[in-house]
Amino acid sequence: MSQVGSFALVIALGLAAYSFVFGILALTIKGPAGERLGETARRAGVAVFAAVALAAAALVMAAFRDDFSIEYILQHSNRDLSGPYKFAVLWSGQEGSLLFWSLLLSAYGFVLRLRHKTDQRLFAYASVIIAAVQIFFLLILNVAARPFALSAVAAPDGNGLNPLLQYPEMVIHPPMLYLGYVGFTVPFAFALGALIMKYPGEKWIHITRRWTMVTWMFLTIGIFLGAHWAYAVLGWGGYWGWDPVENASLMPWLTGTAFLHSVMMQEKRGMLKIWNMWLVFGTFMLSILGTLLTRSGIISSVHAFAQSSIGSWFTVFLALVAATCAFFFVKNKAHLKSEHKLESLLSRESSFLFNNLLFVLACFTVLWGTWFPKISEWVKDQKVTVGPPFYNSVAVPVTLLLLLLTAVGPLLAWRKTSFESMKRNFMWPSIGALAVGLGMIAFGVRPWNDLAYFYSLMAAMLATLVILTVVSEFIRGGRVISDKTHQNLLASMMHLWHRNTRRYGGYIVHFGVAVVIMGVLGTPFNKDIEKEMGFGDRVTLGQYTFICQSYTEDDKPNYESNWAIINVLKNGKQVLTMYPERRFYKASQQPQTIPQIESSYWGDLYVVYEGLNQDTGRPIIKAHINPMVPWIWMGLVIMVFGTITALVPNAAPVRVTAPARVQAAPVGAGD
Amino acid sequence: MSKFFRKSRVARGLQLAVLSAVVVLLMGAGDETARFNDLGHRMMCVCGCSQILLECNHVGCSYSDRMRAELMAGLDKGDNDDLILQSFVQKYGTVVIAAPATKGFGRVAWVMPFLALIVGVIATVLLVRAWRSRPAAAPSGVAPVTGPELDAFRNQAQRDTEL
Repeated sequence: MSQVGSFALVIALGLAAYSFVFGILALTIKGPAGERLGETARRAGVAVFAAVALAAAALVMAAFRDDFSIEYILQHSNRDLSGPYKFAVLWSGQEGSLLFWSLLLSAYGFVLRLRHKTDQRLFAYASVIIAAVQIFFLLILNVAARPFALSAVAAPDGNGLNPLLQYPEMVIHPPMLYLGYVGFTVPFAFALGALIMKYPGEKWIHITRRWTMVTWMFLTIGIFLGAHWAYAVLGWGGYWGWDPVENASLMPWLTGTAFLHSVMMQEKRGMLKIWNMWLVFGTFMLSILGTLLTRSGIISSVHAFAQSSIGSWFTVFLALVAATCAFFFVKNKAHLKSEHKLESLLSRESSFLFNNLLFVLACFTVLWGTWFPKISEWVKDQKVTVGPPFYNSVAVPVTLLLLLLTAVGPLLAWRKTSFESMKRNFMWPSIGALAVGLGMIAFGVRPWNDLAYFYSLMAAMLATLVILTVVSEFIRGGRVISDKTHQNLLASMMHLWHRNTRRYGGYIVHFGVAVVIMGVLGTPFNKDIEKEMGFGDRVTLGQYTFICQSYTEDDKPNYESNWAIINVLKNGKQVLTMYPERRFYKASQQPQTIPQIESSYWGDLYVVYEGLNQDTGRPIIKAHINPMVPWIWMGLVIMVFGTITALVPNAAPVRVTAPARVQAAPVGAGD
Repeated sequence: MSKFFRKSRVARGLQLAVLSAVVVLLMGAGDETARFNDLGHRMMCVCGCSQILLECNHVGCSYSDRMRAELMAGLDKGDNDDLILQSFVQKYGTVVIAAPATKGFGRVAWVMPFLALIVGVIATVLLVRAWRSRPAAAPSGVAPVTGPELDAFRNQAQRDTEL
């Protein structure tokens, strides 16, 4: 297996190099000879996918066959590891995850190269740029981080997979996150290609936008699955800890989201061309920076499952990418000249400008906070921690402002909006938001007692405003169709969405974001209690009483398991029995908690069996009540649904029947 | 008259905002449990778990239990917040504080995001002003429509193009 895999990686590197070198040559040679050469470069690029897929398959096969002669398999698998986790071995360590990155990149490249007929020249440029990125990763795999390196000793069994990774979501979370990270290579390739070739027109931006949406969706899923994994596995009752690796995934997401908004300015008004170009470049570079953070060990993180010296490779690559982008930008800057003209501050354009400002500010804050410990060490030789208090102090106000823009922005017209229409559109949503705020105060939330409560109240009101503006937009549009077609309102709203999937899909995504915020705002109201609990002991938290019934244990091939059996009473009446678990993995000799979470619409009951007190020998149970958390995961589902619907092509071309006297105002279509 | 009302409403709004800010700034005085909770969330567990002190859930963690006990002892002794935090810094180093200090070089960490915000807002405002001051390309041969008539056309166009 190791020989097959190693050989496949060498072949893949050769094919990528061919695709890059002859791809460039083909772009410089005019006529049929150039076209023929370009076709061979394209096919070589397609073949890279086959070679990398073979290498990845060889590594997975080696895991399933317990081939511990391969060092990577020895370090990250063991005989009793179950099937899905043996598959997950592919991305569980440094070398494997780089191979997985290459596999996904070659898969994206495969699809891109198959679709070359969309615009042969632009795709040829993009293909060359993707080949360059492939060369970098394949070079690392062949030289610095070889997944098929042989182990020095013949071991009968492996060291096993990190227990933190032995959780079902770990089979889905990394692929999603990587699909997001790697996917940003494609928009980057199109953007840089368009800049190099001085692409005439805006078609490249339409192509890039669709790829970015797909990539953004995967990254969103990846980030949320990571948060859910942290919640369900780490056992601390939270889902986001501002860890450097979490931050690394958030940064490209923030700039990618900014791009998805600002790209509309370029499509509709021909504005922000330079800004959009650099947003795409920046997003790609932040993805690479994320990998650098994860892999180099420059910044300490609980998530850095694999660290080594390959950080220097990524640093050089990042510098090369930045230099290439800067060079072609300076060279072809004139091509990006925009016709900027803003008619009113109260317009969709200005809302996008401020939206981008906030997203980029948030990204800068996260980047700054992530690197500040290192900067402090360099400048003052003093180690400092930049933890949640720092990020929350900036992220929360920025999120609230973004929520406000999310509510206001979509209702603003391009060019200019009158105060009258603003008042008309916002009256009912604002009344609804105010009612929610007053309702929260009536139910005992005292924003003047604690800043966290104040933020929660504001978040609830703004999220309600977003939800109600989205709903009112659907209803308003649905009514117009209903008047014309005499369908019922629901059918009209479906019709409306079919006619402009991108706009209304976007609204659904906004709706999902508001639901996520509703989930997050419950945090200040979390409650928890920790107690040593013997048989029959009870502890009360809020309306719930937890009674310890018993403890039990089990011996599985891969781990030993201990469970607590806890009866839960609500207002004195038994409602359920919970079984929080603690495992001890045999191969890695590491313990792991598996909290039990009981979700309802209004929150989670979260119980952790933390183990035995070393002094008293008594078991420790920690219980949490986390209000609203399930809304976060529901919000994700809505966001993904919205993105998918936004990707669906419109049912029919958008009809423009504006009166002739309105000269140039294709308002509102297609956004 | 309406101007006066508008002005007084603005003034009242500003007064309310200032009052709210003062209330928010004066918050924080609380009982010992609240102080324990507050201080415990301003420090990290130094066992390497990268978690806030009160959120470290490692059973047998050789640091968090001891640190919590020290925090409680400091509160019982009647030390103020600064003194307690300082004693932790002396014992565990600056990494024990969950966020950079608001003095010395640590201040740079706090200032930068707000500096970036100010620079960003100024740049955006200047950009918007520059874009607004550009002359519009007037459509030839057609008298420009303004006011409510323009709004009516715009609404019509929006309705039509949205379908």
